[in-house]
Amino acid sequence: MADIVVKTEDVVKEYRMGSNILRALDGINIEIERGEYISLMGPSGSGKSTLFNMIGALDRPTEGQVYIDGQNMSQLSQKQIAAFRCHRVGYIFQSYNLLHVRSAHGNVTLPMIFAGISEKDRNERAEKLLDMVGLGDRMYHLPDELSGGQRQRVAIARALANDPSIILADEPTANLDTITGREIIDLIKRLNLEQGVTVISATHDLKMLDVSDRIVDIRDGLVERIRNRDEIEIEVGEVGGEGH
Amino acid sequence: MQQRTPIEEQIDLPFVESLRISFQSLKIRFGRSIITTAGITLGIAFLVSVWMNNEIGIALQESGRQTTINTFEETAEQGISTKDIWLIIMSLIVCVVGIANSMLMAVTERFREIGTMKCLGALDGFVVRLFLLESGFQGFSGALIGALIGTLGAVLLGLKDYGLDLFFYFPLLPASPEDGPMQLGVIVIILLGCILGMILAVIGSSFPAWRAAKLPPAEAMRTEV
Ligand SMILES: Nc1ncnc2c1ncn2[C@@H]1O[C@H](COP(=O)(O)OP(=O)(O)OP(=O)(O)O)[C@@H](O)[C@H]1O
Ligand SMILES: [Mg+2]
Repeated sequence: MADIVVKTEDVVKEYRMGSNILRALDGINIEIERGEYISLMGPSGSGKSTLFNMIGALDRPTEGQVYIDGQNMSQLSQKQIAAFRCHRVGYIFQSYNLLHVRSAHGNVTLPMIFAGISEKDRNERAEKLLDMVGLGDRMYHLPDELSGGQRQRVAIARALANDPSIILADEPTANLDTITGREIIDLIKRLNLEQGVTVISATHDLKMLDVSDRIVDIRDGLVERIRNRDEIEIEVGEVGGEGH
Repeated sequence: MQQRTPIEEQIDLPFVESLRISFQSLKIRFGRSIITTAGITLGIAFLVSVWMNNEIGIALQESGRQTTINTFEETAEQGISTKDIWLIIMSLIVCVVGIANSMLMAVTERFREIGTMKCLGALDGFVVRLFLLESGFQGFSGALIGALIGTLGAVLLGLKDYGLDLFFYFPLLPASPEDGPMQLGVIVIILLGCILGMILAVIGSSFPAWRAAKLPPAEAMRTEV
């Protein structure tokens, strides 16, 4: 029996701009199993980020339903949605979205403050997480004092703060060079394997292909096709040959 | 980790945590906080100086010691002239608009931060409370400094106009002489200036913060300034 963590049912998202209506998602149906590493791929403007926002309860679909752990997201109260974002999901963004007034450590503790974890416990956990992402010696630096790769590591540590079951990453490597990007992908993959976190990542980055269990190709707000790992491997070979 | 339990309600943060977070934020953003606070200081300084200048004028007229070199030549024998009322209203408007603008700017450039905090599990109410605390503190301290600067300005102007007589008839306390207009006195004007500055800062900041907190985080985070 497959254990479905995320399920979308005919999800439509329209953006209204004046009298124009832009249909960014045009009926998305996907099911994601627990522990999977999923990459959402597609050209710019195809709707990856929009889908990311729907799955992460960062925006509401115009039509259709999103189920997480069997729970219909549209039926949650404001306080439940806040708790969902706090406990169940870890978000990683292309532009890191760290709070620049808080140190690396302060960024990692914030979701734990929201979760009501005691100061002693959250400090301990923040140190452990920052150690794990390789920033043990930079804990009290402000984001502005860190490199792009280091900032993304802080964001990953922060995403893990409340032990989420899903990591949502929107182009986590887009602002990074190839090697740093590779390190970030490996780190996320390690979490996926070692801790069983479900990873859903929107990406243009072909380096993501060989760590993904499945790839969902999005085009014009629709799922164009879903490829399994074994179908991808040949293509990765090709990419490896010309890309790196 | 692998929760299957139904989703609970997010807890409300204890007040102390909010207070701590807001002060931390003011401290690290010190330079920017000073600029925002300066907006409040200027508005209140302007209002208080105009208002108090007027008050001093009345007090010295009342005392019968008014010299010929009054700032406003049209000043009536007694009471506030329409020109003075107009000037006070103008300075009040400048003050309101100035403070509202500087708070709005300060919140707008933090939309992304608001969206991010909501991603991490912040409740709308927490976001509003954070801005309420920050702006209340900024508003009060900015307005207090502004009121003192305004008072200083009015005293200097008064010295120019009335010389040392000013100190004999300095309208420190409220007074309501039987044959003259009611006077609030310097202390009350300073207090009112502080309260006004704080209220304007709090409204000017928490209203846009409340609107940003209501937005879905995706939209709040899209805002580029
Ligand atoms: N808030 C918004 N208001 C109006 N239009 C929007 C909004 N967000 C997204 N869109 C539009 O929806 C479409 C899908 O956008 P989306 O950001 O999901 O694309 P994407 O696949 O993530 O692209 P990229 O790879 O460039 O990040 C685009 O045409 C975009 O212009
Ligand atoms: Mg995108």
